Amino acid sequence: MADILLCGIGGQGTVLASKLLAFAAMEQSKNVRTSETIGMAQRGGCVVSHVRIAEQIDSPLIPFGCADVIIAFEPAEAVRNLHYLKPGGAVIVNNKAIPPVTASLSGSAYNAEEMLNYLQLCCDRLVIADGDELCTKCGSPKALNIILLALAAKAGALAIDRAELENAINKRIPEKFRQMNLNAVSLAFE
Amino acid sequence: MSKKFLMGNEAIALGAIHAGVNLVAGYPGTPSTEILESAAKFNDGSIYVEWSVNEKAALEVAAGASYAGARTLVTMKQVGLNVASDPLMSLAYIGIEGGMVIAVADDPGPISSQTEQDTRHFAQFAKLPVFDPSSPDEAYSMIRLAFEYSEKYKTPVIFRPTTRVCHGCASIETDEESAKKNIPAGFAKNTLRWVVFPKTSYLNHIKLEQRYPVLSDDFSSLSCNSLEGAGEKAIACGGVSYSYVKEALCALNENPTLLKITTPYPFPEKKALEMLCRCKEVLVLEELDPVIERELIYLCGKHGLSVTVHGKLDGFAPPAGEGSADSACSAISSYLSINAPVRTERPVPPMLPIRPPVLCAGCPHRASFYAVKQAMKGKKAVFSGDIGCYTLGNAMPLDMVDTCLCMGADVTIAQGLHRIEPDTVNFSFIGDSTFFASGITGVINAVYNQTDIILIVLDNSTTAMTGHQPHPGTGKTMMGNYSEKISIEALLDAIGVSSVEVVNPLDLVSSVDAVKRAADTAGVRAIIFRRPCIAVSKSSSASVINTDKCKNCKKCIKEIGCPAIVASDGTVRIEASLCFGCGLCSQICPFEAIEKGGE
Repeated sequence: MADILLCGIGGQGTVLASKLLAFAAMEQSKNVRTSETIGMAQRGGCVVSHVRIAEQIDSPLIPFGCADVIIAFEPAEAVRNLHYLKPGGAVIVNNKAIPPVTASLSGSAYNAEEMLNYLQLCCDRLVIADGDELCTKCGSPKALNIILLALAAKAGALAIDRAELENAINKRIPEKFRQMNLNAVSLAFE
Repeated sequence: MSKKFLMGNEAIALGAIHAGVNLVAGYPGTPSTEILESAAKFNDGSIYVEWSVNEKAALEVAAGASYAGARTLVTMKQVGLNVASDPLMSLAYIGIEGGMVIAVADDPGPISSQTEQDTRHFAQFAKLPVFDPSSPDEAYSMIRLAFEYSEKYKTPVIFRPTTRVCHGCASIETDEESAKKNIPAGFAKNTLRWVVFPKTSYLNHIKLEQRYPVLSDDFSSLSCNSLEGAGEKAIACGGVSYSYVKEALCALNENPTLLKITTPYPFPEKKALEMLCRCKEVLVLEELDPVIERELIYLCGKHGLSVTVHGKLDGFAPPAGEGSADSACSAISSYLSINAPVRTERPVPPMLPIRPPVLCAGCPHRASFYAVKQAMKGKKAVFSGDIGCYTLGNAMPLDMVDTCLCMGADVTIAQGLHRIEPDTVNFSFIGDSTFFASGITGVINAVYNQTDIILIVLDNSTTAMTGHQPHPGTGKTMMGNYSEKISIEALLDAIGVSSVEVVNPLDLVSSVDAVKRAADTAGVRAIIFRRPCIAVSKSSSASVINTDKCKNCKKCIKEIGCPAIVASDGTVRIEASLCFGCGLCSQICPFEAIEKGGE
């Protein structure tokens, strides 16, 4: 069983990642519940996907302090959702900051380094990913979600292993994007 | 039987299809939209599915079909039921022949809505049975039950999921084998039955009141209204709150008396009395209004029971906002006087950036708002907005939405404002889908009553906010075919609007000129800013800032607040992954430093 929280900014691909996770879990005959942010909040706002894999699941949302892993597509969003992490849980975080429009307007662009330092202070199991570099190697900015999922699997923080993740990609991702996503998994496991 | 991973809204649609639904009608609204979309997706061609022009139309179309014996499903969000309330109230008296389920999605939080209104109250008000599913799985099986009850009592039934049920996904056991087919018998004329009339309404009212105790007893025997656990300190809940309470009780390792109410109206009194007779105190945990709480207090009074009921009314539970397993856990642990699970203490985090939702990069609404703002610079003007993506025009730096009330109200609010302040130029901004849903009558009102407003139709050729549903202006239908597109300009012309101009908002100079021309004349004038939503059109390549020409004045950022333009390390750049190449910023730059991306 695993409680997995994915967080980021609307449009980064968290929903697709949570769907793929759910599919991979279903393939193992496991029970899954997910819950996502849909609607107005999606327009450039913070988005969170809860993925719960267990025999018996009640709440559609992960309770505070219960997530086995937080997969954050953006450093500030990892910090924002850290209260969901259970003691000893893992955090996989993309190192690239996305400043909100408000920051550009007020000139108060925030510092990603500060967020990453805070995460280092709070988490024993922290994986910081250079999302941009890994995506460049894969040849597509759209590879970010799979890279982060694969890093979480590598850290042993998902209820899903590498082979199961690759199986889900083979069965669920349209053919023209399949190889790119499989490359993303290989890259994460290098 | 097979196991599928379904969103709650998909489960509702599939459940309705397995219950033999013949017709599905609705109007988009978060969190209900995917019910109808899924019905269209799963349709084998035997079901009629339509996006109606608004919720009132949807309910009436379904009512007609149900008169003729069809099983019908109507879908909308909670505020949509306000629009459909006229037919709803009368239909409760008239009743139906074929089963009719009205799925009305509530939105605790609210996450994407104008209000936190509680549809369980609407059910009480209209005297209609209501089902309140606690999970996507329960929603799937319960929609069949709702159809059965609808036909058993010849009444429309309200089905009321909330956001976390609608948008939650679960692995669900579906039962295709027992799927039903319903063959409508056809409409049987009977004026006494189908024509609403004062004398028959009096008799129908009596029937409705007599039905209450019968349904209440019937509901008390339903397994989805359940009583579990033991002890004098009980908990009562309903809907998704049941999931939160179960999660909390598991974390606390407690098993108190637990009443789950799935049919808040008619209230299953016998089942609730069973609990009240064995306890001294009850904690009620429910989202939105204290519906179950008031029913329990009423029952205690009615039966002279000395049971203390805690909940929203005595401040035990928060009066507004969304529930969670965490809030349930803290309420229950304080109620049972036990320790809540200890949370990990962490150092104080650094200041987090605020991320309010904004118009997408390349959104044509940004250009439309900016053109009006430029044209009206220094003039006294009020901008009335409406419901849709364009409500986000309120954000800085555009700041172009002064009022927003409900669907269609921009057109009429502007008229009221103008009656009191005739020296102000009153603009009303309305999207294409909202215009068809409830804007047209407001325009007729303006022309007939000879007022003075400028109507701005933001025509992006789709219903964008809810996920790009078609509407009368797009011509596409949910049965996969095309009908004649209804022309907004021809409609406005026919109503008698004095001038109607159609402009591409991404042409800034022409747009500003059009607004100035309209502002210089009187009467009801209209400008249609027509440009498809970026989500339904092809992007140009990203615009680029020529760093040799850029003087770093940041005018592009300060004027339009596009999320693709970012200031970092003292310079301004365009984030290529976000930019749509709309070219608005290149028309604003005073140094011609931004090169618009190619088509």
